[in-house]
Amino acid sequence: MGFEQFGVVSFTATTKVEKFVDFLREGKVCGTICKACGAKFFPPRSDCNCCLSDDMEWFEILGDGNLLTYTEAMYAPAGFEKDVPYLLGVAEFKDGAKVFGRLDKSMLEGGITPGMKIKLKTVNLEEGRISYELTSA
Amino acid sequence: MPKVGVIAVGQSAFVRSYPGSIRELAFEAFRDALSGSGIKANDIEASLICSAPEYDKQRTPAGLVAEYLGLNPQPTFYVESVCSSSSSGLRTAYALIASGLHEVVMVLGFQKMSEISSAESQERMGRGADIQWEAPFGTMMPAYYAMHARGHFTKYGTTEEDLALIRLKSSTYGVINEKAVFRKSLTLDKIMEPKYIATPLKMMDCCANADGLSCIILASEERAKDLCKKPVWVKGLGMATAPINMAGRDTFSGLKCAQLAAKRAYEMAGVGPKEIDVAEVHDCFTIAEMMAYEDLGFAEAGQGKELIRNKETYKEGRIPVNVDGGLLSKGHPIGATGGSQIRTIALQLKGEAGEIQVPGAKIGLVHNIGGVGIYGNVTIFGVD
Repeated sequence: MGFEQFGVVSFTATTKVEKFVDFLREGKVCGTICKACGAKFFPPRSDCNCCLSDDMEWFEILGDGNLLTYTEAMYAPAGFEKDVPYLLGVAEFKDGAKVFGRLDKSMLEGGITPGMKIKLKTVNLEEGRISYELTSA
Repeated sequence: MPKVGVIAVGQSAFVRSYPGSIRELAFEAFRDALSGSGIKANDIEASLICSAPEYDKQRTPAGLVAEYLGLNPQPTFYVESVCSSSSSGLRTAYALIASGLHEVVMVLGFQKMSEISSAESQERMGRGADIQWEAPFGTMMPAYYAMHARGHFTKYGTTEEDLALIRLKSSTYGVINEKAVFRKSLTLDKIMEPKYIATPLKMMDCCANADGLSCIILASEERAKDLCKKPVWVKGLGMATAPINMAGRDTFSGLKCAQLAAKRAYEMAGVGPKEIDVAEVHDCFTIAEMMAYEDLGFAEAGQGKELIRNKETYKEGRIPVNVDGGLLSKGHPIGATGGSQIRTIALQLKGEAGEIQVPGAKIGLVHNIGGVGIYGNVTIFGVD
């Protein structure tokens, strides 16, 4: 299975970083790091725009992050209607890596506040699709 | 830099559903710009057609529109930066004229959004962000701007009521704009009804989709003086970009591209925010206007709320903003929006803005954003 299995609806079938999906299946959310100059990227990239190298390795985003902002979407674009309402947000992790994605819906029960501690988890979706979510640490 | 002037402006009415095809819609704004101006189709040496793709089925619309307007065999091509397409068109026209390649260039911005449903439209707008890493989560413009509203509230203590005051101002002027799609008078209670689209943004914090078209004609100094009694001059052009992916953003309380574009435009024009007499800002959502107050330097960061609380951005205030109703009332036919903003400022500086005229306006500013702060265009106009 390739990158078209990522997320609720995928719009990208082919990418050089499709191993991202393999890592999700292992329970890991990973970015890339340039072996030549050390630049770190999330989302992962196959090319370093700092030094032009394409020699990259993977690193896992670990530990607690800090929720920067979020929203609860009460409407959805075509293809996502059945998920409404759903949460979207951004959190910042170690070394400044920022991660955008869905927030775990169960977070609504405990209240959501920017600044709260966040961790990442992978989630299995319908028909073998896979994604990640931000959830309370 | 050589002087470049705006010599004619036109706009169709912005409506929910235009009862005609794109070429016919184009003709409405073209006719509006040319009528009474003395300018003829064969004076126009090149045309730039601006829109965001995929709302209608026509591919390569520049060729279609140029033919219908009678602009063959002059050069024409397409310019795109989603919601700021026609400001990018103006920037391109400026370069074509300042370089000496052409003397008279038309910038025509259009969008016919009614051919698809609102949910389909949101899906296309969501794909105006990063389709590889963000769209798979179900992104849409209200959600992106809602995250900025939350960021602004958290950092500066701005409230939903502050945003509602921006919509209230918009409604005040939308009621009297005969080209606006939303002309109902609104009360604060109505605006504050808890019909959330993406928290904390409610129904009335969001602009509406629309069909519409704008047409701006620019010329070199010599041709401008020849073809137009009162040209409005382009004094400063600023454009900047920011990462398309939210993971690449430093802040959720302002738009970096707008801050940088403003700095560049002010430097080129040799003026500062205090010298702006009237402004049109990209209020696709109320929070977008709040951030614009601060990104443009009309208020310090975090102090935008004081501007609207004190009605400083009303027509009688210190810095009138969007006194034509803005996108919130006019509607937002994506590719046409920047041209509509430029039209309003040109009319203001010519003293031809009618009921919304800001007395003695000499320097005006247009702030036109593409995507969620991917592309920022700030353009300053003056009468001298």
